[in-house]
Amino acid sequence: MPTTTSTSVRPNKPGWRRKDHYTAWAFAAPAMILLLIFLVIPFFIAIYYSLTNARLVSGPLHTNFVGLVNYIQMLGDDSLHQALLNNSVFGLVMVPVQTCLALFLAVLVNQKMRGMAVFRTIYFSPIVTPLVVVAVLWSFLYNPGQGLINEFIKTISFGHLGPYNWLNNPELALPAIMLLSIWQGVGFQMVVYLAGLQGIPESLYEAARVDGAGRWHQFWHITLPQLRNTIIFVLIATTILSFKLYSQVEVMTQGGPENATATVVWYIVHQSIHNVRVGYASAVAVVFFLILLIRVIPILRSVITTKERES
Amino acid sequence: MALTTQSARTSVTSPQKASRRHLSSGRKYAWLTLNYLLMILLAIFFLFPTVFMMVSSLKTDENQLLQDLSSVNAFIPYGAISLQNYSDAFHRLPFGLYMFNSALIVTSTLALGLLVNSLIAYALARIPFPGRKLIVVVIVALIFVPFESVAVPLLLMVNQFPWFNGSTTWIDSYQIQIIPFIADAFSIFLFYQFFMDIPKAFEETALVDGASRWHIYWHIVVPLSRPVLATVAIWLILTHLGDFLWPLLATRGDTYRPLMVGMLAFFNQAPLRWGDVMAFASLIVIPVLIMFLLFQKWFLRSAASTGIIG
Repeated sequence: MPTTTSTSVRPNKPGWRRKDHYTAWAFAAPAMILLLIFLVIPFFIAIYYSLTNARLVSGPLHTNFVGLVNYIQMLGDDSLHQALLNNSVFGLVMVPVQTCLALFLAVLVNQKMRGMAVFRTIYFSPIVTPLVVVAVLWSFLYNPGQGLINEFIKTISFGHLGPYNWLNNPELALPAIMLLSIWQGVGFQMVVYLAGLQGIPESLYEAARVDGAGRWHQFWHITLPQLRNTIIFVLIATTILSFKLYSQVEVMTQGGPENATATVVWYIVHQSIHNVRVGYASAVAVVFFLILLIRVIPILRSVITTKERES
Repeated sequence: MALTTQSARTSVTSPQKASRRHLSSGRKYAWLTLNYLLMILLAIFFLFPTVFMMVSSLKTDENQLLQDLSSVNAFIPYGAISLQNYSDAFHRLPFGLYMFNSALIVTSTLALGLLVNSLIAYALARIPFPGRKLIVVVIVALIFVPFESVAVPLLLMVNQFPWFNGSTTWIDSYQIQIIPFIADAFSIFLFYQFFMDIPKAFEETALVDGASRWHIYWHIVVPLSRPVLATVAIWLILTHLGDFLWPLLATRGDTYRPLMVGMLAFFNQAPLRWGDVMAFASLIVIPVLIMFLLFQKWFLRSAASTGIIG
């Protein structure tokens, strides 16, 4: 790394550096102010609400301080526990599946062959299909009476399997949402991988080919290590997206059947907007934030520390 | 063209190696066929709901559309085919207005978001100043605040914000759908990661020559950052174009409503005609797909030319 020592080599005039501080703050200020007003302050208000019985209709005027009642109530809330469990299952399945499938697709369409732009666009197309539309389309496809998916399963199993009541069966509803989410989301990760793949210097592959390395060897020893940062990004992004699962659930199942597809974010929205229990919903949001942070800290710490070692 | 390079290469290698090359060219053919087969199968999987949507949007006879749903007929445009549903979508709803609103909201958020988020990320990644490590940690933590959990407090706040035209609330406006989403913790993190990987040598010479930080950011860092700009752009477009919870809470009438909320309005408007819904949806999807077709060449090529993403 030729750049490792560059900071210490740089001319160290004190006035010059102080001017740099002002520039840094000027560059950082717009984003920091916006984040403060539109994310940090509302989040602190949410923390405050979580200690009250705030309701959307009555406004803050009739709000009473109730201490930790909301937090204690969460301990006995079975719907919430189910939602947390659903989120975990969803994440545990989606993160590895999306990460691997997207990489596979990206490697496939990154080859120098005819028609790749078309295939890329096709794999990407579900991403730009609005979720509301996707949900409607898949509700048709999952339809137990006349849905195409049941017809397909019936045909390939020679009539032995199905029909399944996908969205109304507590055991099948979450997998059904997962399949739809993979279909809808994997194009995004694919595009990110593609950008990463295009950045790998061709000379590395040429050198490997001269040494007689096969495709699998090239993938394992060049592609994967070169994509390290991209893979970390995809892992984090997929984790975030899977924790934020909301729209599909809202449009397709409303959390049912029997809470089988309820997720925490859906539950928060449901409690705060439909049941107008803002105080309780805020408490759930605060706890959920802490859970997310604890789970993701190890990945982030590894990212930040390696960055600092490199720079 | 591939053949000539192949033969040129074999002519300089040893006979033993040449025979291996020859054998591998036969295998290459099989590999190619296998690849295309796989890609076509995957294409069918990713495309069938969209084709189903577009074909249905052309079917004017609502009964026929519903009957076709359970068979391959769903993918075959036949029977009463016309653009009637499209003209319905424009007549039954202010589609043009929704489209304009969505385009305005997304492009403003995008343009301002790319600038604001990359600027702070550049400062954090490259300019040593006290407190920057703490800011990085806070921003990373902010990634995990689910927006839905702050939606209600935020709504109550912006309800009382003034605006330049004398209005005392942001409810039912463009700015309520743009300004809160400009700064995005995850975008900042993405830029930060990318800027850390740009070799410092690119900037060192300019710094020694006395160039300002803004000059370096605008003329050196931004041109190098096309791949990450594209990634963040896609991320922002995806999270904002499809969002319907906030626009639903923040708008009262059609004037400032984006496409997604309009789409929901369509469902609640009797009579519910699936042909019209499909036409409406196709009108959203087709322009974005065309944009992607044009856009991907731009950013994938620039990613390749910089050769510094990893």
